[in-house]
Amino acid sequence: MSQQGYVAAPPYSQAQPGMGAYQGGFGSGPTQPLYGHYGGPPQAFSAPPAGKMHLIVLNRTFFLSAITVVMIFSYPAPPAVSAPYGQPPHSLYNSMASPGPPPTQQLTNQMSSMNLGSHVQGLQSPPPPVSSVVQQPFQTPPPLTMAPPQMPPGLQSPHMSPLMSPPQSPPASMPMASQSMAGTSMAGMGGPFPGPPPPGPGGFQQPGLGSAGQFGGYMAGPQQNMPGAFPGAPSAMAGPPQKKLDPDSIPSITHVIEDDQVKQGGQVFTTNIRGQVPPLVTTDFTVTDQGNASPRFIRCTTYSLPCTADLAKQCQVPLAAIIKPFASLPKNETPLYVVNHGDTGPVRCNRCKAYMCPYMQFIDGGRRYQCGFCNCVNEVPVFYFQHLDHMGRRVDFYERPELSLGSYEFVATLDYCKNNKPPNSPAYIFMIDVSYNNIKSGLVKLICDELKTLLEKLPREEGMETSAIKVGFVTYNKVLHFYNVKSALAQPQMMVVSDTAEMFVPLLDGFLVNYQDSRAVIYNLLDQIPDMFADTAESETVFAPVIQAGVEAFKAAECSGKLFIFHSSMPTAEAPGKLKNRDDKKLVNTDKEKTLFQPQKGVYEQLSKDCVASGCCVDLFLFPSQYTDIATMADVPSHTGGSVYKYSNFQIETDGEHFLRDLRKDVQKSIGFDAIMRVRTSTGFRATDFFGGMYMNNTTDVEMAAVDCDNGVTVEFKHDDTLSEETGALMQCALLYTTIGGQRRLRIHNLSLNCSSQLSELYKSCETDSLINFFAKSAYRAILNQPLKNVREILVNQTAHMLACYRKNCASPSAASQLILPDAMKVFPVYMNSLMKTAPLVGSTELSTDDRAHQRLSVMAMGVEDTQLLLYPRLIPLHNIDVNSEKPATPVRCSEERLTDSGIFLLENGQSMFLWLGQASSPDFIQSLFNVPSLAHLQGHMCALPELDNPLSRKVRSIISGLLEKRSNSMKLQIVRQKDKPEMLFRQFLVEDKGLHGGASYMDFLCYVHREIRQLLT
Amino acid sequence: MATFPEYIAQNEERDGVRFSWNVWPSSRLEATRMVVPVAALFTPLKERTDLPPIQYEPVLCSRATCRAVLNPLCQVDYRAKLWACNFCYQRNQFPPSYAGISEVNQPAELLPLFSTIEYVVQRGPQMPLVFLYVVDTCMEDEDLQALKESLQMSLSLLPPTALVGLITFGRMVQVHELGCEGISKSYVFRGTKDLNAKQLQEMLGLTKPSAAQGRGPQAAPQQSFNRFLQPVQKIDMNLTDLLGELQRDPWPVTQGKRPLRSLGVAMSIAVGLLECTFPNTGARIMTFIGGPATQGPGMVVGDELKTPIRSWHDIEKDNAKFMKKATKHYESLASRASSNGHIIDIYACALDQTGLLEMKCCTNYTGLRQEVQVNPQEIGTGGTCQWKVCGLDPSTTLALYFEVVNQHNAPIPQGGRGAIQFVTQYQHSSGQRRIRVTTTARNWADAQTQIQSIAASFDQEAAAILMARLAVYRAETEEGPDVLRWLDRQLIRLCQKFGDYHKDDPNSFRFSETFSLYPQFMFHLRRSPFLQVFNNSPDESSYYRHHFNRQDLTQALIMIQPVLYAYSFNGPPEPVLLDSSSILPDRILLMDTFFQILIYHGETVAQWRKAGYQDMPEYENFKHLLQAPVDDAQELLHTRFPMPRYIDTEHGGSQARFLLSKVNPSQTHNNMYTWGQESGAPILTDDVSLQVFMDHLKKLAVSSAA
Repeated sequence: MSQQGYVAAPPYSQAQPGMGAYQGGFGSGPTQPLYGHYGGPPQAFSAPPAGKMHLIVLNRTFFLSAITVVMIFSYPAPPAVSAPYGQPPHSLYNSMASPGPPPTQQLTNQMSSMNLGSHVQGLQSPPPPVSSVVQQPFQTPPPLTMAPPQMPPGLQSPHMSPLMSPPQSPPASMPMASQSMAGTSMAGMGGPFPGPPPPGPGGFQQPGLGSAGQFGGYMAGPQQNMPGAFPGAPSAMAGPPQKKLDPDSIPSITHVIEDDQVKQGGQVFTTNIRGQVPPLVTTDFTVTDQGNASPRFIRCTTYSLPCTADLAKQCQVPLAAIIKPFASLPKNETPLYVVNHGDTGPVRCNRCKAYMCPYMQFIDGGRRYQCGFCNCVNEVPVFYFQHLDHMGRRVDFYERPELSLGSYEFVATLDYCKNNKPPNSPAYIFMIDVSYNNIKSGLVKLICDELKTLLEKLPREEGMETSAIKVGFVTYNKVLHFYNVKSALAQPQMMVVSDTAEMFVPLLDGFLVNYQDSRAVIYNLLDQIPDMFADTAESETVFAPVIQAGVEAFKAAECSGKLFIFHSSMPTAEAPGKLKNRDDKKLVNTDKEKTLFQPQKGVYEQLSKDCVASGCCVDLFLFPSQYTDIATMADVPSHTGGSVYKYSNFQIETDGEHFLRDLRKDVQKSIGFDAIMRVRTSTGFRATDFFGGMYMNNTTDVEMAAVDCDNGVTVEFKHDDTLSEETGALMQCALLYTTIGGQRRLRIHNLSLNCSSQLSELYKSCETDSLINFFAKSAYRAILNQPLKNVREILVNQTAHMLACYRKNCASPSAASQLILPDAMKVFPVYMNSLMKTAPLVGSTELSTDDRAHQRLSVMAMGVEDTQLLLYPRLIPLHNIDVNSEKPATPVRCSEERLTDSGIFLLENGQSMFLWLGQASSPDFIQSLFNVPSLAHLQGHMCALPELDNPLSRKVRSIISGLLEKRSNSMKLQIVRQKDKPEMLFRQFLVEDKGLHGGASYMDFLCYVHREIRQLLT
Repeated sequence: MATFPEYIAQNEERDGVRFSWNVWPSSRLEATRMVVPVAALFTPLKERTDLPPIQYEPVLCSRATCRAVLNPLCQVDYRAKLWACNFCYQRNQFPPSYAGISEVNQPAELLPLFSTIEYVVQRGPQMPLVFLYVVDTCMEDEDLQALKESLQMSLSLLPPTALVGLITFGRMVQVHELGCEGISKSYVFRGTKDLNAKQLQEMLGLTKPSAAQGRGPQAAPQQSFNRFLQPVQKIDMNLTDLLGELQRDPWPVTQGKRPLRSLGVAMSIAVGLLECTFPNTGARIMTFIGGPATQGPGMVVGDELKTPIRSWHDIEKDNAKFMKKATKHYESLASRASSNGHIIDIYACALDQTGLLEMKCCTNYTGLRQEVQVNPQEIGTGGTCQWKVCGLDPSTTLALYFEVVNQHNAPIPQGGRGAIQFVTQYQHSSGQRRIRVTTTARNWADAQTQIQSIAASFDQEAAAILMARLAVYRAETEEGPDVLRWLDRQLIRLCQKFGDYHKDDPNSFRFSETFSLYPQFMFHLRRSPFLQVFNNSPDESSYYRHHFNRQDLTQALIMIQPVLYAYSFNGPPEPVLLDSSSILPDRILLMDTFFQILIYHGETVAQWRKAGYQDMPEYENFKHLLQAPVDDAQELLHTRFPMPRYIDTEHGGSQARFLLSKVNPSQTHNNMYTWGQESGAPILTDDVSLQVFMDHLKKLAVSSAA
């Protein structure tokens, strides 16, 4: 249907004439669930100060019918689905990823509407507050709400481009037609697909389908989309004038995830198409590299860049890529090829220095090539010459990874090495705080015992028998003890350095050794360490000198590497980097709150520089019993690509295993050292900002002392110039690093994106998970410099703005009261709301300053998977689990409503894991899991399930261990009983509900955003 | 009455004292006219096997400013149980323990036989001896190995209760904790940063009582030693292993660089460690170095090999940029060490210089703790009469210069005697504190009337050494030529004063027997390395001077004028003149310069040896001849400390230069034909010979113009 028409016609001009035309064209087209819209009557937010948001209904009777949420989904009928797949690639690149099919049809709308007016009581658990605030906001909003319909286009906010205004008028009139009008218009659109929605299993996507019909019909949609999850809900919503806004009817992350999994799970994603939107991060798929980097390495906020800076500014959708250069690949995907261009080093463009890649165009019979990034024409080096075939492609196209693949590695020559010397193999130094706390808790012994076995499993280069990584050991309290563990020694030697003011490394030979060679001496040492300090009374520690020692050690050994620091307390001993307690809860919610997140200046700043310069990555394992100023202590790790692990009030019984799992993962994970990353782009745009666990000396080079498989760097792009739809936008991420085997390599990731002068393309190609990653990082950085309140406001405003812009420019006309969300961003508000409820962004004195700082810093280095999971935890019902099924249990939405007294749920967000036991959970189940007759018999402080030999226990344990395996951090399993005190901890992860420490529920937030959008639109 | 030489020998034998004059001029003016000052060479701890230590404490004069010790020269009133101090004439009551005293029952200290007597102090705890080894690890492996073995061996020579400690250094300085089980511990310090005692104390964790002491009641209270200094008997195995595992400094030394050697900081830490653990207890820091300090405080040369270490030339031109700072550093260390009674020894072995010049103060100022109290009331001295010498061995000999303060117009009564009492408090190697008291007296004489008796009492050997020490002292502060001129002037004045001559007739000059050798000593002194720095590095000079300043008279004389023995078929070995004429083809010469033992084979002997006659049974006597000087040399080598350098050379051998530079160049290329002698070997030098020197001296002495 419209597909062709759309493709054939210059989209914008066609659509432009008026929404009507636009709509008409698409209306009959595939019903793509494009967006929901929210018929927001006078809902106001009492929001910011309390961090709470209330949906306020001003005049229930009046607005009853006016308050509707319309979810419009573009995902259409199955026939449409098949069509696009057949399309030639160039048209395909437009396709939206998730529901895949009718890329071009995306604009067809279906609406689901619901009556918000009455939902309010039902939805909001505390109606009284709502109504109490009702009056006030009411006064102002009514005119507002009423206004939009009458508003002439001229009133549009100025930043909207004139181009965009024409379509404005139709929508303006549409809403005027009132709710029912919206309904009918929708119906008109949806008309053609009354049938289709249910049929498509692909149509599973979401409520959208429901909207196929009229109001009533739309309701059916949700039902199908959420099969089984909430049997009761849909029916309640059936009637056109709903009394309640059914939570099920608002976009759900679990459904989006599930749909994408159903549609693309288990499939092969081939990267041969420019601007192709990959499956969601949560989806299980396989990648075949055919010229673009796998989404595991690079994900973008949108795969279709707006052609001009004006457009980009207009929509305010951030243009960013989240690069995880070392992402681990599943076993069934090919590891990166290593290319060797010999002594001259990799072939690069003379002008922009981009590396040879599939975007280089060979011309002149293969004698020259034109750089895809800067268009410079370069001579092909003699050794690299190859003839071209009749297609103008080099004959060796398929033999050379750098010509045919998106990701590959080059062997780096000496020019790429420090001092033009090949690097030495990297080293791991274990630095153990042996002050009183760590000795008393038994931690030191635990670490020493673990290291004996762990060091056998150091990561090694592919094909190598043993690890080339050297190991070294330091213990410290107020002074540092270095150990000589040279294999020739009969017993280890300890060298004490008390001069912490000017740290140095007392020995060279024998400090960093090969574990295999020195095993006996190291064993001897690890046996002795706990005893040597068994009687210590020293409780003061130093910290900066410890890192300094590591730096000096690496300098002396001329290698890079990683420090594993196991530290207990705030460093108060007299030494550089001494810290004092500056935790002040009084600062929360003031303009000075940012100081809590800012590191203390001075020593640590310089230390970060030194670390990066010498390729020293710092991983910090903290075992604090009180405030330790993580903002400062984690400063170095956060600039060196390191991680910070925190175990408050560490006790061996409950936290020991958790810590050891983290340690094992951390030691064994794949990693590169002494890395410099550079992102090159084709002309017209460039990388302008970088977020991540790195250090930047200038504006282009991302320096990382180490980069491991979990480090994600978020790169924001800005326009320099107009981008061409034809050539698209190219980026090349080049990472120079040292392998664990001590080889210098260049890892190249290439990605090509589309460019479009139509915003609808952009919205269609958006990736919500990436967007939220960007927002999380930029917000977390912003709180260093701005009051939290401002940051939160900016987030909400930008959310509203992005959505309003969509509404204005891309959506079909509808009532202003309708909340219309782009399909690709329909769950964006959930994430955004969850983000704003995270500890760093919520100003609450109940939260520990250290926890907030810690979370802030860990998010900065996260990739898309991690932020997605963090902001929307998995809540997995276990009570009705099929022990025989291989299929993983389906998560449900993170809301209290999904819990039942008889239920048992597992919740995890990549950082924490809870097993929640309902009050009325089945005794059989409890017996099977815990081997106790009832909940009441459960011992507190359990941190693992007993190993019981029954199918249920095995199944649950395998689910848990599977998750622990999969996540980058190990998580501590906390078992909470419904109504027990610790349940509070659990509840804060139910992100669709109102935040424990402030923050709106999803529904409230949605309403608030809607109101903002409407304000923007008027 | 015995002759003066006998008297001198007896005095030296009994008290270890030799005076330049054994009869003293009675006034200040006269004393200055004697040219050679009234001075003494005193060997405080002269070995006296016949001297049983007395197990009680000395009786002191009660006058607070005197505190002289009761001695045989005191007048004693046995009835009143009083004694009169012979220094201040104070009358003192004997203590109650002396109640039974009488003419027939005298305490040892009143017997003339015991003019030198040694008391054992019973008070206070017995402090163990402390030896702190400071070992350089920037050495060639072979050298280090040899050093390690010697150190291990040395442990067996220490008294078992002695405390030992070990500091090693290279680029860093390591203070080793001793007696650790299972793991060896050391504290490491940066080689570029000096620390004061307090910082060091904190860094070594010596401030608070160690955890070990709080642990159980068994912790002995007298365990005043610490983790770093432990009794040999307890940790000798441990320390032997530790020394065995010592490795060459592992820090890489790039081409064209010297190893970074933190000697200055190492010594500072050694001094600091003892300072905070054993103040005022005898302790010895034994430093073994393989090269100069190249970094940190006390560095004497940078690590660039292309810049050589300072030479005398640089010093003269003020081009030795590290010297002043380094010297200051070591001087401050020396004063810290000496104020706590700690000795610093330096054992250096290197091809290049090691910076001894800068460090000389460490060894010169410090050197078992001792206080010398000279009580020359009769003569009177200005300034200090107490000195601290941190280490004394039986041969350490001090030079003391006295000033006669008596005015010319207040003559001393005839027959008056001047008395000197040396009180030496020291810590014996058994750990006991002892006090040795030597009291001696000499007659006064009026220089105008009794000049002959004064002249006859001249001890020219002692005088030569005393003058030489003065000259060396001047040489360290003044320009070389000035010192020589001063020395020459003194000699000429002495000749003028005591010579027998007619004015302006050089040939009439005669010197009495007591002065006859003195000019010759001066001749050799002028040529000695103590005053001549040519061909010696600053370090060598410092080393030579250091030893010259502490060896006893005999050894010091050998240093000035080496002894030469000749071995030939013509008779038994005999001492021969230190003269080029002694170098004959059929002789083997053995020269002892104290620092070198040299065997020189004459031309013929060398040819015989080359031809292998010594291996032929029929020439066994030749074999014996060759062997004789070698055996004698070995004996010298074994008894001498520091061990001399042993040189075996022959006619025309390059090392023969050592001999040729010492002998009196009576035959040179300038005069060999005129002299026309057939024996002897001409020396290629422009130096004047003894003959020329003497002629010149006579001329100047008799000159009325002088």
